Amino acid sequence: MPLKLEIVTPEARIFSDEVDSVVLPGAEGEIGILPAHAPLVTTLQVGELRITKGGKTTEMAVGEGLVEVTGAYARILTDMAIDADQIDEKAVEQALERAKHSLESIKHGEKQEDVAAVMAMIQRNTAQLQLKKKRRTV
Amino acid sequence: MPSTRDIRRRIKSVKNTAQITKAMQLVAAAKMKKAQDQASNGRSYAELMNKILVALKESAEEGIHPYFSEGKGNKTLVLVIATDKGLCGALNTNLLKKVVSTNLEGEVEFVTIGRKAAQGLARLRKTLIADFPIKDPVKFAEVHSVGKFIQDKFRSGEYKSVYVAFNNFINTVTTIPSVEQILPVNPVTLGGKRSFDETSKEVDASELPQYTFEPGAATVFETVLPQYVNGTIYQMILEARASEHSSRMVAMKNATDNAKQMLKDLSLEYNKLRQAAITNELLEITTAKMALE
Repeated sequence: MPLKLEIVTPEARIFSDEVDSVVLPGAEGEIGILPAHAPLVTTLQVGELRITKGGKTTEMAVGEGLVEVTGAYARILTDMAIDADQIDEKAVEQALERAKHSLESIKHGEKQEDVAAVMAMIQRNTAQLQLKKKRRTV
Repeated sequence: MPSTRDIRRRIKSVKNTAQITKAMQLVAAAKMKKAQDQASNGRSYAELMNKILVALKESAEEGIHPYFSEGKGNKTLVLVIATDKGLCGALNTNLLKKVVSTNLEGEVEFVTIGRKAAQGLARLRKTLIADFPIKDPVKFAEVHSVGKFIQDKFRSGEYKSVYVAFNNFINTVTTIPSVEQILPVNPVTLGGKRSFDETSKEVDASELPQYTFEPGAATVFETVLPQYVNGTIYQMILEARASEHSSRMVAMKNATDNAKQMLKDLSLEYNKLRQAAITNELLEITTAKMALE
């Protein structure tokens, strides 16, 4: 029995296919999900997600979100999901730089929500960079 | 009987109006394309989120999270999402009509997005407690302040439930004014398709799997539900914006077509008058000539 994996972000349906397994950053560390996994609901953390299908592994950088697993399918709702091949390292580095800069300027203004938003942005950017760097060393 | 000069003047002014409405139509069409794409792309996320949470609500224990049950108070909060600008047909009027005709329990208080909503509700003498300006195109970060305000209000316990009134986008010529319950978590319709119908077919309460929650049900809900509220409001604003630009495009297209028809009629009348004047002059000349002979 294959596992049907769906990854949806507010911008688009990123992924919808049958896969052999998926490893994702859950609330309490990485979780591997194989077909016929016990029903599970957990939160998704910023990090990297690996999809294995027919011996081929695809890697993605993901943001925060929700994961729902039943035996037949896994649904991932997240605010970011980018294929490792599509990460533009330079653009991400620049975005990270900008985010860090704006974090410093906000800190004096102490607006709680803004700080949270920028922190999330930094986390997402860092996750993308880490995934890219890891790929290079392999 | 208007003189030819009067008609000429009218033709000129109608031409100017047609030019303006045509320009507005083109601008609206460009914005419409973008807004429609945004609305339809975001729909699957919001729908899936709603579907999962409604299913989880059914299986969750009583009182696990405040967002799953009605508040203690008897007031109702309604967020009305209308447009900032006019000239978009009967869009806002229909929405307000729908809000007024919807039967809401207890004392109803309103929060608005868009100037037209605030104006319309003030005219109807409704209680307005907050108004949020949201730019166009809408940014997700802007929606957070609205979401937080609504959630704080709901958590205070004063309100029984929270509704959102907005125009659901179906296609360029059809939009449906809708009032949907967002809190407590409830099936919502986005883009005309009732997402709950699918859910009810797919998951029967008896065959719902016994989910394991990691790290715990309360923690998961505490993280996910605020995201759900913000995400859903965001999607509703996208739907409203898509409806706005579509109706403005259609309204402006109608205005341009009408102006063109009017120009046709006016020039016909103008030509008739001119011809009548020429015939008259000719008659006068011939009579004068005949009188001289």
